[in-house]
Amino acid sequence: MSRSIARYAGLGLMLALFVLLVAACATPPPPPPTPATSAPQPPAATSAPAGGATKPIVIGFTASQTGNLNVESKKQTQGLQLWLDDVKKAGGIKLSDGTVVMPEIKFYDDESKTDRVQALYTKLINEDKVDFLISPYSSGLTKAAAVVSEQNDKVMLTTGAADDKTMEQGFKGTYQLYTPASRYLAGAIDLLKKLEPNAKKIAIVNEKDSFSTTVANEAKAYATAQGFEVVLAEGYDTGTTDFAPFINKIAAANPDAIMGGGHFQDGTTFAKQLYEKKVPVKMIALLVAPADAKFTEIGAGAEGVIAPSQWETPVTYSPESAKAANLPWYGPTVSAFVDGYKAKYNEAPSYHAAGGYAAGLLLQKALEDANSTDAAKVKAALDTLNLLTFYGQIKFSTDAKTHGKQAGHTMVYIQWQKGADGKLAKQIVFPLEAKTADAQARQ
Amino acid sequence: MNWEALFASAIDGIMLGFIYGLAAMGLSLIFGVMRVINLAHGPIIALGMFSTYLLTTQLGLNPYVGVVLTLMFGLLFGIVMYLVAVHRVINQPELTTLLATFAVSLIIIGLGTAAFTTTPRALDVDVGTLQSGAVTILGTRIIAVLIALAVAGGLYGLLYRTRVGKSIRAVANNRAAAELMGINTTAMLAFSFGLGAALATTAGGLIATLFAFTILAGGSFELKSFVIVVLGGLGNPTGALIGGILLGLLEGVTTIFIPVGWVPVIEYVIFILILLVRPNGLLGARA
Repeated sequence: MSRSIARYAGLGLMLALFVLLVAACATPPPPPPTPATSAPQPPAATSAPAGGATKPIVIGFTASQTGNLNVESKKQTQGLQLWLDDVKKAGGIKLSDGTVVMPEIKFYDDESKTDRVQALYTKLINEDKVDFLISPYSSGLTKAAAVVSEQNDKVMLTTGAADDKTMEQGFKGTYQLYTPASRYLAGAIDLLKKLEPNAKKIAIVNEKDSFSTTVANEAKAYATAQGFEVVLAEGYDTGTTDFAPFINKIAAANPDAIMGGGHFQDGTTFAKQLYEKKVPVKMIALLVAPADAKFTEIGAGAEGVIAPSQWETPVTYSPESAKAANLPWYGPTVSAFVDGYKAKYNEAPSYHAAGGYAAGLLLQKALEDANSTDAAKVKAALDTLNLLTFYGQIKFSTDAKTHGKQAGHTMVYIQWQKGADGKLAKQIVFPLEAKTADAQARQ
Repeated sequence: MNWEALFASAIDGIMLGFIYGLAAMGLSLIFGVMRVINLAHGPIIALGMFSTYLLTTQLGLNPYVGVVLTLMFGLLFGIVMYLVAVHRVINQPELTTLLATFAVSLIIIGLGTAAFTTTPRALDVDVGTLQSGAVTILGTRIIAVLIALAVAGGLYGLLYRTRVGKSIRAVANNRAAAELMGINTTAMLAFSFGLGAALATTAGGLIATLFAFTILAGGSFELKSFVIVVLGGLGNPTGALIGGILLGLLEGVTTIFIPVGWVPVIEYVIFILILLVRPNGLLGARA
């Protein structure tokens, strides 16, 4: 008897495991995902000015709540949510006819997977009837979302996506907030020229994904144009864990600087091993990984490493700098954003978070300029935008082929430097007008 | 051709190969004893990374003390996992045990992502380097190789020099007969599974002293383990260690000759060739 009970229990466990397995492996369309809508505030009549109608709009997107992009995606979503809070606190977006536009967000978990993104953006457009779209995090996912958005004539602001090719398809309603990948390392090459006038040879290595490859190819062309010799240019496989043999090969090419990288894990290991192997280069500039605070866990290996970043908390954009650049200023100041973010999430905002907030902010500005929620009018407003925000300058390309591609925003370059207290601190070293410390060549 | 770089890379590759081999031994041992392909192998390696990481960063232990404790943790984890998830289906067809271990894999990844996120972590371990010309040998790798050798030697001693080892081999050979001889097969199977998991977590702990990692980082080592196990012969732990060293050497040396992005392609082409020519592995019994 007890044997048969054990048998049934065993079967039950197996069944439970199997159900779990099927649930986890289900390919799209999966069982209807639970929408993670932000608590929809009832269109507050109290916050609308007397006589003005309240018009709710829904902004849809997917977030990678699970899978390998969850960290960055979460920060991006948090940034956007902070923007939503700020808009609601201000009583909505007011149009000149007294209408108050009250945004709401609706998002699903895309599990960091392209096929989920395609299915969910279709659902957001066709079933949820969202008014405007924001991209998921990462170039890969955004590429998939943009296709769906364009097919359905939607307006989508992309953030967390820097790929150039996506934005060179003659899109009509997709607008990019990030500085495109092609311009990621140009500043580092300029900096090398200033810092080490005798440096002649650069090794460019990159992860073989779409984003890093674009960065590397453009960097190679730019470096050559600037008179450098590219002594080694190779891509490594995504998922590479050990760089020791590759570093031996790079060292044999005798470069003055090493530039490239890919994402978090590979970039961190690569920097660690370059240090351990004592490769004698003047500059190491890597994508993505060094911008994260966890990068310093590799200790001395982090010192001196330079990375491009879309945005950092010490940036010096301000209403005054807008005036100096003859641009209109819009939105909160850098410190207002940073303080608001810290108050809500108990951590300093990363550039992903800033990008998320900026996406909402730019949509808000476009709605105000368009004085309407009509998609065509909002597109026209986005096309003419050229302004400075806490996130930097924003201007979209209006060229037919590259329509919507970011043309105003520039990268800042950070370097991990040892402070007086012996601890590593992130400093902005380039562009010179935004620097918080002088760049240091590696010893 | 840069001979110095080639020589340096060969050494780097062989040293890393010991750790690949250690991880693969775990997979191979479990398959050899109970014909279970442990799809949670990669996540268990990742657990080893995080166990060592937390012991070092939270409790302030020496990372190598952390690795030894991680070995114990792996043993316990493996025994519990066997009793909870594998034992009930041990006599079922291989697909069932495969699914059971896959379920555990998903559970570890899910919980691990929630607890640790996918931000990469790294241990700052510096025990000096040996340098001669272009050849730089890292102290961390030397220690990792020594620990890998000690653990592999310990496993060999356990399997071939102790009564428990004899029992495990008996269970692997013929479970029914072993039971008739009075061996507690459930205990032996659970212990073997624990040993397999301990090898995986130890490899994970050593990897954590070398590379940055995330909770998903076990995946690539799991894949390499499968290649190595095929290379060395399924169910043959010694073959797995040698297979690991061969794979490490192959990775190190080919990197110098061809664009580094092609290295995995070469690896898997060789994998397929071995499956075609010697399906039982280079060191496995001939079919």
